[in-house]
Amino acid sequence: MDKTKTLGGLVAFLTLFAAAEGLASGGGVVLGSADIDPGNISSLQRGARNFMNYCSGCHSARYVRFNTIGKYLELSDEQLVDNLMFNADKTFETINAAMRADDAARWYGTAPPDMSLMARVKGADHIYNFLLGFHIDPDSPTGVDNIVLPGTSMPHVLWELQGYQTAVYSEVTTTAANGAVTTSHEFQEFEQLTAGLLNNDEYDDFVRDTVNFLAYIAEPIRAERRKLGTWVIIYLLVFLIIAVMLKNQIWKDVN
Amino acid sequence: MARVEADVGKPQGKLMKWIDDRFPFTETMKYHITEYYASKNFNWLYVFGVLAFVVLVIQFVSGIFLTMNYKPAAADAFASVEYIMRDVEWGWLIRYMHSTGASFFFIVVYLHMFRAMMYGSYKKPRELIWIIGMMIFFVLMAEGFAGYLLPWGQMSYWGAQVIISLFGAIPGIGDALVEIIRGDYSISDITLNRFFALHVIVLPLALIGLVFVHIVALHEVGSSNPDGVEIKDHKGPDGIPLDGVAFHPYHTSKDLVAIIIFLILFSAVMFFAPDMGGYFLEHANFEPANLTATPEHIAPVWYFTPFYAILRAVPDKLWGFILFGSAVLLPVFLPWLDRARVRSIRYRGWIYKTALSIFAVTFIVLGWLGTQPAEEIYVLAARVFSVLYFAFFLLMPYYTTIDKTKPVPDRVVYHG
Repeated sequence: MDKTKTLGGLVAFLTLFAAAEGLASGGGVVLGSADIDPGNISSLQRGARNFMNYCSGCHSARYVRFNTIGKYLELSDEQLVDNLMFNADKTFETINAAMRADDAARWYGTAPPDMSLMARVKGADHIYNFLLGFHIDPDSPTGVDNIVLPGTSMPHVLWELQGYQTAVYSEVTTTAANGAVTTSHEFQEFEQLTAGLLNNDEYDDFVRDTVNFLAYIAEPIRAERRKLGTWVIIYLLVFLIIAVMLKNQIWKDVN
Repeated sequence: MARVEADVGKPQGKLMKWIDDRFPFTETMKYHITEYYASKNFNWLYVFGVLAFVVLVIQFVSGIFLTMNYKPAAADAFASVEYIMRDVEWGWLIRYMHSTGASFFFIVVYLHMFRAMMYGSYKKPRELIWIIGMMIFFVLMAEGFAGYLLPWGQMSYWGAQVIISLFGAIPGIGDALVEIIRGDYSISDITLNRFFALHVIVLPLALIGLVFVHIVALHEVGSSNPDGVEIKDHKGPDGIPLDGVAFHPYHTSKDLVAIIIFLILFSAVMFFAPDMGGYFLEHANFEPANLTATPEHIAPVWYFTPFYAILRAVPDKLWGFILFGSAVLLPVFLPWLDRARVRSIRYRGWIYKTALSIFAVTFIVLGWLGTQPAEEIYVLAARVFSVLYFAFFLLMPYYTTIDKTKPVPDRVVYHG
């Protein structure tokens, strides 16, 4: 009877563990899945290229060193220097933005956040949907707004690639219990206004690679800890068998 | 019954004699380890004391290495944690060990306390063990709270802001007390520095002292057991309790199995889900503390949320603080609130069984409610469950008196 209880406890614990692993943080809108593949090195390499070319002008990743990236992304020092390090000399340097924070605050109203840990703060899905979510808004100083983060001060940096789109809203009429009728606008879909250099699928892949890279830099050790963890648990399971045998041997005379 | 005897504790050779003439080494080993007899019918709920000790060791060792690389200053703290995570060799492992350990400490301690409530382990003559245990719990709460400020993330900062400001509700001395705790008019570099001192020196010292006293008190009266009978009442001709087996090698070999299972679960979290979906490491805490921007939703770490839910359930600040404090303190009085003549749940009536089950559910639900935003429906639910929480303790003298108990056997029930 005690054994079933122990098993029950284990099952309950593992269920909790699985449930917690599955939780993702979302904003107001329903987020589509970024569906990133952390093990895909070429996706990460493309993501690094995208980040350095399109993001690092304004966004720093101040805890991330080039040589750390190079090691995991299988890039030589030479490749790092030639392809990724636009304003850094040594590979041990971290990713610093070209734009100064106080200038940025003056120009945009707020300094662009550091991206080192953004994927752990907001979640990969959030960033993915954010980068897909810019739409024309004539009232905004940057000409665009974002469906995931309304009122964002970030301009649509990737407009050249994605083109411009408008958000189509549907009118939702709700009648309250007291008879009052309220109408609200609910986001329906995007409508492409001008074409970009990339078609929809290509842009989607571009964003996915970039988000994959951001998720990687948020926790560069992720792959290693999982690999090591598997061995640790296998070791402990073998140890467990021996410990159970030892326990049974010692307890066999107890009645 | 043949007894396996351990070599430990037997004086052998000249060196042991030399030591024993100057320090009661063999005597101490015998008293606490090789000739400390505990009931042979312990079930799996009896492993959490040993597991709490294992986590204590994990926290001490990982904590020492963290201290070597961490900088307790508002300007450097967050960056130094990322430095540990990214640049220090094996730093990530040390840090995840410590953060996972913090949550597991509370899981283990809560289960340890629940076991005591199931089997009436706090009842006479073990009241003092229980009270010392509760003191360990209070120090642990303070330790967890001080430690949570150190990474200097958004949740560290704002969580501490909310909790420390609670003391401001105390009439008269409130505001002054809050200033003394913070050392400043708001949470600042000074607060971080003193919390670091508390976290790495003051509270760990208190913890070691209390754990030592907890174990000394336990070994004086002897461990309870799932039947709640005194094994010392039936001794063999050799003076050894008939139903007792030596801590070593019997209980140690059993505990070893428990420790390995525990380490497997611990590793599963540490290596595969160190954030635990935002419960063990909160998402907002990966953002450095920002004094000008409040996070969307402030919630303390999960192990404080049952009490936090009670606090939020009360609309008045002072009464909220009083009920919060009472909820934490009330279990201290369990040995006197519980009037039942039997210890173990095995021989109690349906009333206590129902009450304890409701209490367990209440505690978990309150914990969940404490993580939710303060919306009306959650606050309402928190009120209902807060009443259940207090009812469990305050009505206990009544319902344990009228509860029909079953006869307790003379000796422990052992299934082999």
